[in-house]
Amino acid sequence: MTQSEQTNRRVVYMDHAATTPTNPEVYKAILPFYSEQFGNPSSLYFLGKESKNAVTRAREQTAVALGCLPEEVYFTAGGTEADNWALKGTAFSMRGKGRHIITTAIEHHAILHTCEFLETCGFEVTYLPVDETGMVAPEDVEEAIRDDTILISVMMANNEVGTIQPVEKIGTIAREHDVLFHTDAVQAIGSVPIDFSSFPADMLSISAHKFYGPKGVGALIIRNGCTIENFVHGGGQEGGMRAGTENLPGIVGLGVAIERITRDIPDHNQQITNMRNHLYERIAETVPDVRLNGHPTSRLPGNLNLSFYGVEGEAMQLMLSRKGICVSTGSACTSGTEGTSHVLTACGTDPVWARGTLRFSLGDANSEDDVEYTVGCLSEITERLRKISPLYQ
Amino acid sequence: MKKHKGSEKMYNEKVMDHFENPRNMGKMDDATVFVEVGSPECGDTTTMYLKIKDDIIVDVSFQTLGCAAAIASSSMATEMIKGKTLEEAWRLTDGEVASELGGLPEPKIHCSVMAEESIHQAINTYRRENGLEPW
Repeated sequence: MTQSEQTNRRVVYMDHAATTPTNPEVYKAILPFYSEQFGNPSSLYFLGKESKNAVTRAREQTAVALGCLPEEVYFTAGGTEADNWALKGTAFSMRGKGRHIITTAIEHHAILHTCEFLETCGFEVTYLPVDETGMVAPEDVEEAIRDDTILISVMMANNEVGTIQPVEKIGTIAREHDVLFHTDAVQAIGSVPIDFSSFPADMLSISAHKFYGPKGVGALIIRNGCTIENFVHGGGQEGGMRAGTENLPGIVGLGVAIERITRDIPDHNQQITNMRNHLYERIAETVPDVRLNGHPTSRLPGNLNLSFYGVEGEAMQLMLSRKGICVSTGSACTSGTEGTSHVLTACGTDPVWARGTLRFSLGDANSEDDVEYTVGCLSEITERLRKISPLYQ
Repeated sequence: MKKHKGSEKMYNEKVMDHFENPRNMGKMDDATVFVEVGSPECGDTTTMYLKIKDDIIVDVSFQTLGCAAAIASSSMATEMIKGKTLEEAWRLTDGEVASELGGLPEPKIHCSVMAEESIHQAINTYRRENGLEPW
């Protein structure tokens, strides 16, 4: 629990899938790079050298955390850029070989909208369905592969319903068919242990602000030997693949944050899972007509995606916000626009249930105290809104 | 290619007040007329109850499943037609409801349309039930 400075009221932050509070350890590590350690990593004098060392260190921290080689780490301006690069970079370099891409209906818009763009450039995209728990079937992936398939992109864990996908199996299938495999691991870092050296993917996207690092920085891990087109042309930064003077404070923050979050994944997961399960049990006890979306067990530890019958998610979100509770109605990027979430639609969720959906995503900012406070507010709010609703008797 | 839309205003306090403390909310047992209206655009649903005496709306109530803008618009619309003649109530527009609320964010303007629609449907249902031509 924290206090909002503006109103001095209680703040319960349960939207860690949207972004996370920067960890103090990370924040402390970043600060010097906003002041005295400002040198351009490309400069040859001592100030530049110090900055270059900091970038190198962050690259090594990332490599250790993900089990990849330092030279396989390419820093970007976030997860969205990493996803864009993986798709467009592959499409551009492989367009002589084929023009077919396989992805899923539940990907983040960073993938889906990039695919839609590629469709306007003459590429064909297969959007695989999911089952009612939001799970992609590896057999469907295999069936969709054609002679001209150049890339398969399936997220490691879904941002809305939290379902962890069978990416190892999918990656193995991709390898058997000699097709490149990319996975958007933005939501998975710190929850799903990753050893890229033995993981059957060619590319993997990450974003620092999802694991208590700063915003505006991420990375695309590109396996040695996988040659995709450069994304930003300019200077020689990131091996010339992603030019532009490095976001030094961001990269330093990403390095510290990923080292920290991968230090003890099982223990951290257990703690968050317990709190999440407790929240679910208490809501189920207190509020009638609630359904869980996503997979019952193969899901991110912090994710609790629930549908409340007969009410509108945005109305609930707004009332919770007045109580200092921050939750999401889907993915943060689509909140505020009309229409049912594309993920719930793909899961075949009944539209009436789907519209009353809230995503609670727990993390380091939460305590057991928050659980009780949230359950109390939620119970009161659902009751109020259901009285207003003509659909709930 | 799209360009960004600029800043999106949050709800003002008047909208929040009508959302959190909706006026004339609930069912009405002795209503003269009752309608249920759904918005095809976003799936919102409103039920409206009118109690009519001598062509005057002596009482009105509603229930709405929808976002804050939809609930606040229904609430405000009921306030605006209470005690009015059917003709006066018919002339109420969604724009007037929105402006009486002090404005709605641009993507939420369509939510106020349902209030006008439910009043129109309720009045026409009443007219039909009384052997009159619908307006």
